[in-house]
Amino acid sequence: MALTGLQIYKLLPKTNCKECGYPTCLAFAMKLAAQKEELSKCPDASEEVKAALGAASAPPIKLVTIGTGEDKIAVGEETVLFRHDKTFFHHPAIGEILPDTMGEGELIKRVNYLKSLDFERAGEMLKVNIIALENKSGDVETFARAVKTVSKIWNRPIALIPHSSAALDLAMKETAGNKPLIIAGSGSSEISAFARTAKEYSCPLMVCGDGTLEGTLKAVDEAKKAGAEDIIINPASDTLSNFLTHQTVIRRAALDRLDPRTAYPTGVILRGDDLPLLAPAAICKYPAVILMENPPDELYISLMTLRQNIYTDPQKPLQVEGLVYPIGEPDENSPLIVTTNFSLTYFMVSSEIDSSGVTAHLAIIEAEGMSVLTAWSAGKFTAEIIANSLKEMKIAELVKHRKIIIPGYVASLQGELEEEMPGWEILVGPQEASDIGDYFKQVW
Amino acid sequence: MNLPLKKWTGKINTVKIGRTAEEGGSRDRTITIGGSNCLPMHNFEGEIPHRPVIALEVTDEYPNDWHPAVIESYPEIMDDASKWANHISQEYNVDLICLNMRSAEKRGMNESVEFVKEFLRNVPLPIILKGPGESDFQDDFLAKCAEAASGEGLLLANAAEDHYKTIAAAAIAYGHSIIAETPIDVNLAKQLNILLNDMKVPPDRIVIDPLTGGLGYGLEYTYSVMERIRISALKGDVYMQMPFINFIGDESWKVKEVKIEEPLWGKIKWRGVYWEVSNAVSLLLSGSEIVVLRHPDSVKLVRRAIDDLITKTEAV
Repeated sequence: MALTGLQIYKLLPKTNCKECGYPTCLAFAMKLAAQKEELSKCPDASEEVKAALGAASAPPIKLVTIGTGEDKIAVGEETVLFRHDKTFFHHPAIGEILPDTMGEGELIKRVNYLKSLDFERAGEMLKVNIIALENKSGDVETFARAVKTVSKIWNRPIALIPHSSAALDLAMKETAGNKPLIIAGSGSSEISAFARTAKEYSCPLMVCGDGTLEGTLKAVDEAKKAGAEDIIINPASDTLSNFLTHQTVIRRAALDRLDPRTAYPTGVILRGDDLPLLAPAAICKYPAVILMENPPDELYISLMTLRQNIYTDPQKPLQVEGLVYPIGEPDENSPLIVTTNFSLTYFMVSSEIDSSGVTAHLAIIEAEGMSVLTAWSAGKFTAEIIANSLKEMKIAELVKHRKIIIPGYVASLQGELEEEMPGWEILVGPQEASDIGDYFKQVW
Repeated sequence: MNLPLKKWTGKINTVKIGRTAEEGGSRDRTITIGGSNCLPMHNFEGEIPHRPVIALEVTDEYPNDWHPAVIESYPEIMDDASKWANHISQEYNVDLICLNMRSAEKRGMNESVEFVKEFLRNVPLPIILKGPGESDFQDDFLAKCAEAASGEGLLLANAAEDHYKTIAAAAIAYGHSIIAETPIDVNLAKQLNILLNDMKVPPDRIVIDPLTGGLGYGLEYTYSVMERIRISALKGDVYMQMPFINFIGDESWKVKEVKIEEPLWGKIKWRGVYWEVSNAVSLLLSGSEIVVLRHPDSVKLVRRAIDDLITKTEAV
């Protein structure tokens, strides 16, 4: 909890020495409370005030990193319960659990498949971030072999779910430098041993609870006492409703600084038939690491898209600048298409035009970053606004033909726009960007 | 640890859809939604007296433009809305049916009203009646249906900023509820509810449609607008205390990520189902009380999610 100016003042030397640049200690305390000054400007600050201010300014949820290099995962340091209160900062890592009982060939095939899922959507690369290897065989050497196989072809972060500390120790020989996430499974009697290994190699540790809040926090305590610093809390909730309860309570407790054992990011391991229900819930309600056993392939595209949606910064208006954008290398005979400046609309329409093979001029109208239908209902995408923008864009000089394609959703603007723009023919395009390719084939 | 549980002063209104013979209608059951005094599905710290419900959508004409994967999930009955609705009611565990009269204007007023009357004679479930889209025609059409179905307790879709008076008056006169639709905006949603209140529509006859931006196409806006409306409601704003409905089906099956051939992403049918389920789960977590779906397999999964979420838990 942040300290007030008065609380800080009580801890300052009260000498009014002015070394900090302020006339009184009280004035300096007020600036500190507003986080407009650094305590280091006070020459006589006591250890007590340093500790108090330090604790109050530490993030309520620790930043934890997994892996190394450009694909490393950084999670934690979240500050809100609801994305509209600020934003959710760090995308949760999505990953798959692979058992070491898979043959080497099968393992390689699956890893390559997960790599091939990378795709660009609305200007962002979406990918599977992490692979967890599980010591299903119970055998120490089989586990180490599987870890070695995967590490060779997967240069993103990995997680280890060892059956025993002996299995962990051997596996770490293959991959310690990659800063893997070590996972101490539910009911593991070796949390302390795992935590010591995590400390030794400066690796993050996922602590799995027993399905209860108290049991989970006790396990976190045990890991902390054994030296683990970067912890991910997995309450091992067994149902969707327990999941929501645990995640909500832990996040609230962390943000309110109620219990230092909650001051870490959370994670989930999803198995079984309800995985397709739990996974989207996990994207919305807080876990920073989502590991899935045997997810259906069809789930990945919706999960990664949902993550992109929920973790979009709501403070940033998603807009592109109102301009005519060339798609490909259009000339004076290329079609002219109009839409709004909602960035998602822009990305969808431009990528569909691009993949249709037709080059075109895409005229983006400023409509407060709203999609076509929303902008139209809000009166931000009217015939008059479109006509004025197009005139400013000097489209008459841009194309020789006199045709403008408008989105199908605003077909009702056709007549009015023709009145506003004498000499131009207004064509009604498809409602959905995905039909642009077909539309060109039929109409242009 | 002292558990950080949250109590609120406000409560969501209940809305009852459908009326049985004893209540002056002819439905085989009534459906009640709303009534919770906590954040969505937070039954570890509050009461959720009525579970969220599921509707499947049927159209008045064969839905040529629907995704083939949805059409293939039904036998060849989709050119007969009544048969189709009864098939749904027998085969899938849905709570109500959404009759989408999207071809009403083309068919003409009298014939369309007769169509709805016939449908109500054939189909016993509580009904969401959706008009062909905001227009004067829709206003008249819904008003005429409201009169023809007096006492059935329909949920009429939809009232909007420039189109609420006729529908509101008809709903009051003939005992129906209405869906108040606004374009993904907290203030506009409140404003429309104030207008409906000024017309003396009882608050327990209004359901908010915040307009659903589909997954990948603006879901985050809908998600956050719903969270914000719900928090205002729980803090006591009476113009925000209406339950939510989300039309999810259409938003799920028209997206590129579902429609394109991409072997890496797996079978199109399951992509669509998971797209629909992901939409539904996230909107249930942000407050939805009625989810309108399209694929029967989505119903099974979302039903399981609701069964599980509604189970009372303790924060331990």
